[in-house]
Amino acid sequence: MSSSGTAPAANSGSPIIEVSGLCKRFGSFSAVENIDLTIGRGEFFALLGPSGCGKTTLLRMLAGLELPSDGTIRIDGQDMSFVPANKRPINMVFQSYAVFPHMSVLDNVGYGLRIDGVPGDEIRRRAEEALELVKLGGFGARRPDQLSGGQRQRVALARALVKRPKVLLLDEPLSALDAKLREAMRLELVNLQETVGITFVIVTHDQSEALSMATRIAVMNQGTVQQIAPPAELYEFPASRFVADFIGSVNLLEGRVEAASGGRIRLACPGIATPIEMEQDRLPAVGSTGWVALRPEKIDITKEPPVEAGMNTVSGKVEEITYLGETSVYHVRIAPDLPLMKVSSANLDRVTRRAFTWEDPVHLSWTSSCGVVLDR
Amino acid sequence: MEDWRRGRSAFWLIGLGPTVWLVLFFLLPLTIVWLYSFAELRGVVDMEVTGTLSNYARALDPLYLEVFGKSLVFAGITTGVSLVVGFPVALAIVFATPRWRPVLLLLVILPFWTNLLIRTYALIAVLRVRGFANFTLEWFWEQSTTLLSLLGLGSYQLLGERFEPLELLYNNTAVIIGLVYVHLPFMVLPLYAALEKLDRSLIEAALDLGASQWRAFLTVVVPLSMPGIISGAILVFIPALGSFLTPDLLGGTDSQMIANVIERQFKSANDWPFGAALSFLLMYLTFAALALRAVFARNAGGL
Amino acid sequence: MARTPIGPLEYTRRTWMRLTLLATFVFLYAPIVTLVAFSFNDSRRNIVWRGFTTKYYEKALGNSDLIEAFVNSLTIALLSTVIATVLGALTALLLWRFRFPFKAGYEGAMALPIVIPEICMGVAMLAFFAKVGWPSGLPWPLSLSAIIIAHVSFSFPFVAVVVRARLAGFNQELAEAAQDLGASEWRVFWDVMVPFMRPGLVAGALLAFTLSLDDFVITFFTSGPDTVTFPVKVYSMVRFSVTPEVNAASTVLIVLTVVLTGIALWMQFRQEKKSS
Repeated sequence: MSSSGTAPAANSGSPIIEVSGLCKRFGSFSAVENIDLTIGRGEFFALLGPSGCGKTTLLRMLAGLELPSDGTIRIDGQDMSFVPANKRPINMVFQSYAVFPHMSVLDNVGYGLRIDGVPGDEIRRRAEEALELVKLGGFGARRPDQLSGGQRQRVALARALVKRPKVLLLDEPLSALDAKLREAMRLELVNLQETVGITFVIVTHDQSEALSMATRIAVMNQGTVQQIAPPAELYEFPASRFVADFIGSVNLLEGRVEAASGGRIRLACPGIATPIEMEQDRLPAVGSTGWVALRPEKIDITKEPPVEAGMNTVSGKVEEITYLGETSVYHVRIAPDLPLMKVSSANLDRVTRRAFTWEDPVHLSWTSSCGVVLDR
Repeated sequence: MEDWRRGRSAFWLIGLGPTVWLVLFFLLPLTIVWLYSFAELRGVVDMEVTGTLSNYARALDPLYLEVFGKSLVFAGITTGVSLVVGFPVALAIVFATPRWRPVLLLLVILPFWTNLLIRTYALIAVLRVRGFANFTLEWFWEQSTTLLSLLGLGSYQLLGERFEPLELLYNNTAVIIGLVYVHLPFMVLPLYAALEKLDRSLIEAALDLGASQWRAFLTVVVPLSMPGIISGAILVFIPALGSFLTPDLLGGTDSQMIANVIERQFKSANDWPFGAALSFLLMYLTFAALALRAVFARNAGGL
Repeated sequence: MARTPIGPLEYTRRTWMRLTLLATFVFLYAPIVTLVAFSFNDSRRNIVWRGFTTKYYEKALGNSDLIEAFVNSLTIALLSTVIATVLGALTALLLWRFRFPFKAGYEGAMALPIVIPEICMGVAMLAFFAKVGWPSGLPWPLSLSAIIIAHVSFSFPFVAVVVRARLAGFNQELAEAAQDLGASEWRVFWDVMVPFMRPGLVAGALLAFTLSLDDFVITFFTSGPDTVTFPVKVYSMVRFSVTPEVNAASTVLIVLTVVLTGIALWMQFRQEKKSS
C-alpha cells in the first residue's frame, strides 16, 4: 500500500530503470523534454499529469514503441534506448487492453511464450497459473468477446505478467472501467504487485489513483518532470504551483517575500492587511515573489477571530457553499481582487444546524507550518 | 501512419506488386488508347500516331453530338427517376422496425449480386410485345371491359375494340426503364446511409415547431441527406452514362448511347482512332461529373 | 385488438409508403422471378404456363458450348479473385500504413478502375493486348490469361477499398501488444493483422468474384472465339431469341451467386456478432 514515508519504498541494489536526458520530438513539437528518472526494483511508480503532458510518450519509450530523439534508457543496467519493443524485458498493459479478439483467453496469455518458443505444455501451465493469479482461473477457453471490460483487463495483465518481465508498464489501466470497479481494481493492482514483486510503472491522469497506489509519483507537465516524490510528500510539500494545484485542491496567495531567515518566511500579500508568516526549511530570496499554498482542509473557519497567538488570520465573507456529504466547501471572499478562498470543513453536525451560511462574515486562520511557500 | 522511409523494405514489399500491376495492366492500356486517339488510319487496321486532332473534331459532328446529348439526357432522367423512387424506399427502410430493416436492405442489395446481363435479359421477357407486362395490361383490359358490359356500357367500346399491346421494347422508354432497373440499388444505399445517420429528433423538432410532415421533409430531411443524394446521383449517373448493354439489348435504332458507338468503332467499323477519341471524351465527361460532385460536396459540407 | 395509431415518425407504417416499397420490390424482382419460374415451364414460347419440367436444364447441361462458357467463367472468377484479393489487400495495407510522396495521386490512380466507364476499360484492354501481341491459342487455362488480367485490373481496387475500410477500424495497440510480447514485424503481420483483416478479405474476395462473374463489357472486348465466358455466350444467345434454355442456365448462375453471397454474408454476420 501507499507509504507515507519520504524514502522510496524499495531501493535494494541498482535501479531497474535509469532514464537520462531523454527527449522525444515530433517535428517541431517536443513531447518529452530532457527527463532524468530512476526507478528502483519493486517500486510501484506512477507517471501522473494532464493529458498531453508526455507521460504516455515516456511510457512508450520505455516499452520501445517509440524511439527517443535524444538521451538514454537503461534497463537493469543495460542500454536499451534503441532496442525494439520485441527484444525488451518489459511488458505492457495497453489502455484498450489490446486483447487479441481472434484468440481464446488462454492463447492470448500464452502468446508471448509461444513467440519465445516455450514448449506447449509449459505454455499451458504458465498461462493457467497467470490466469489464476489475476483470478480468471477456468476462463482459458473463453473468447475475449465473452468477457467484461474488467475481465479483459485481467487477461491483458496475465498476458504481460506471464513473461515475467523486469518491469510491467500500465497505460491508464483503470480509465475504461466504471467508478466502483476502478476503486476495487486499485487495491487489487497493489496486492498483485506485492505478490509478483515486479516493478510496476503506471501512467495515469487521475491523481487519486496515483496517490492511492504508487510508492512514488512523477508529476509531469508539458514534457518535463515537475516533481518526483512519494504521495504524502507530494501532497504536503509540492514543489511548484502546478504540482500543488494538480494534486488535490489548493489556495494560492501571491506575495512578496519580506523576510526569510531561521526557517521563517514573511510575505506581504496585496489585498491582505497583515503579512503572512510561514515556517519552511527551504528559504526563498528576500524580495522575490512567493506563493503560499494552503490546502482547504488545513484552514480553520470561525465566526470569531482565533484566540491563539501566532496564527495567520484573514477575514472575509462566505459567498458560496458546496455541500459534498462528509464535508462542505466554503468559498470565502477575502479581498475584492483575490480569488475566493476554499475552505473545507467536516460536516460533524447536520446541515440544518450549519454554523455559517451565505453572506456570513467569517475569519480564516492557519498555523505557520501547515502550508508551503512556493517560488515557482 | 508511418513515413515510408522508416520502413523502406516493408514499403517496397507491400507496394511493388499492386503498383506494377496498375501501371502495366491499367495505366499502360489507357495510355495506348489515349495515343490512338491522336492517330490516323493507314489501311484497314494499321494506324499511325500523328498527333492529329481530327478524331476529336469528328466527334463534334452533329451526328455524334446528338449521341452524346442523348446519353447525357438518358443518364439524367435515370438519375432523376431513381432519386424519386429511391428516396421513399430508403426512408421506408430507415424507419422500418429493427427486425425488418436488414431484410428490406438485403432485398435492395440482392439484385446487385445477380448478373447484369441476366437481369437485362429478364427484363426483355417482361417488356416484349408478347411479354408479361402486356399480359397483365390485357388482363386488366379484359376485366374492365367485362365490368363495363355488366354495367350496360359494353356496346360503346370505350376501351377500344380489342386490346392493343404496348410497344414497350426497343425504344427510348425501354432503355430508361432498364437503366433505372439496373441502377436503383446504387441510389437507395447511399440514401439509406445518409438517412440512417440523420438525428430523428431533428424531424421531431420541426414537427414540434409546427411544420407539416411535407414541410419537415423538404426543410429538414432533404437538406440533411444532401451528401447521400449527391453520392447516389453520381453512383447512378456515371455508370448510366457509359452504359453499353442496356441500350444495346433494350434500345431501338435511335436509342444508341456513346458506349454503343464506341463498341462499333472497335468491333465492326474498325476505326480505332475515332473509337479511342470517343472513349476518352466519355472519360472526360465522367471526370467532369466527379468534379461536380466534389464542388457540391464542399457546398453541402458547409451547411 | 385495437391497432396502435401510427406515430409521426413511423413512416414505414403508412399505406402509401408501403405501396411504394411493394411496387419497387415488384419492379426489382418480377423479371427475375418470372425468368426463374419460366425456366421450369413446359413450353418453348415462354409465356403461358404449361406445366413443370426440368428438360431445359437437361438441355442446357447437354449444350457443351454453354458448359464450356460456364466453366471458363468460374475459372476466371476464381483465379482473378485470388490475385485481386492479394493485390487489393497489399494496396490497402500500403495506403493505410505509409505516408509517401504523391500519395494523393497514387490513390487517385488506384480509384481510376472503379470510376471509369466499363467500355473505356474494355477498349483499353483490347488495344493493349493487340498492341503487345498477347499470344493466342495457348492451352487452357492459359488461354484465359488476358481475361483474367483484365478482371484483376478492375476488381483489385474494389478489394482495396473494402479492406482499407476494415483496416480503418484497427486498434494499433493490438499490433503493439504483439510486438511488446516479443513478436517480430513479420509475426505481427501474420498473427494480428491478417486475422483482423479476414472479414474484409472475405468481403473483398466475394466482391471480386461477383464482379468477375458479372462482367460482360470488358470480357466482351478481351475474349476470343476460344475463350467465351458465360455472359458472352448468353449475350450471343439473347441476340437471337429468348429461349427457356437461357432461362435455365441463368437460373443456375443466379442460384450460385445468391448462395455464395448468402454464405459470405452469414460468415460476416457471425464474425461481427462475435466481435461486438
